[in-house]
Amino acid sequence: MAGKQVFFEDVNEGGSMPEFVSEPLTETQFVMYAGASGDFNPLHTVHSFGEMVGYGGVIGHGMLSMAVVGRGLTDWLGNKALKKFGVSFRTVTKAKDVITVKGVVAKKYTEGGNNCIDINLVAENQRGETVVTGNATAALPSKS
Amino acid sequence: MVDKSIIGREYPEFTFEVEKGKIKEFARAIGDKNPLYYDEKAAKEAGFEGLVLPPSFPTVFAMAGGLMEVMLGDLKLDLSKILHGGQQYEYFKPIKPGDTVTGKVRIANAFEKAGKAGTMDFIVMETTYTNQNGERVLVDTSTMIQRR
Repeated sequence: MAGKQVFFEDVNEGGSMPEFVSEPLTETQFVMYAGASGDFNPLHTVHSFGEMVGYGGVIGHGMLSMAVVGRGLTDWLGNKALKKFGVSFRTVTKAKDVITVKGVVAKKYTEGGNNCIDINLVAENQRGETVVTGNATAALPSKS
Repeated sequence: MVDKSIIGREYPEFTFEVEKGKIKEFARAIGDKNPLYYDEKAAKEAGFEGLVLPPSFPTVFAMAGGLMEVMLGDLKLDLSKILHGGQQYEYFKPIKPGDTVTGKVRIANAFEKAGKAGTMDFIVMETTYTNQNGERVLVDTSTMIQRR
């Protein structure tokens, strides 16, 4: 959950966002996410389909990985800051995976009256494999 | 080979009404306990007009709006061979419960790329959403990869 307000003056290029660590993912969660998102690709819910495709069972939705990264961002910056948010999916997730989200401020600038930061993001599983890479642009309030 | 002629193809508009229950259901599924997703009073006290949408919530619009139907039907993609390669959102205005968003899908790009797993086809779909006041609220750029 969002902590205290982060101001433009609080962040610096090269600075890190607070690491976010997910709860272990579960197959029940994949079913919940299928229902909530409306993505009923059987790869995420039907074991035999996941086996047929070669994953040995069900895998998590890529968009669930993105949602985990989003949790890291909103916990840090709140829910008013994001202007852009993008990810590339690198490794599939499975039940029991724990996702750690890290971010670095790549750029700090003022544009169109907004105080912006660009953030480079990476999410890893417990084996250190990259699950997603991403980037975000956020506009932050200023103390002045 | 990827069919380049699909670039620029547009699909009929679809609409989605943003409901509070769906926001809560989505927040629960992603394991997020942020009160702004569940508690209207907390959201209003924090300066929002109503419950807040998690940043990746717009996937719900796409799924309900038939992005899957577009891919599977018109583009004849095979569910067992496609991967979601990447997803981007650009946020222009807040979307809140009670809003009805209208999405328009356009194929922004189609290309092939050689990688470790062989050559794969990439299809980039761009969906522009407007709200009930005609304001552009969001652009969704979704990259699908099809293994051969």
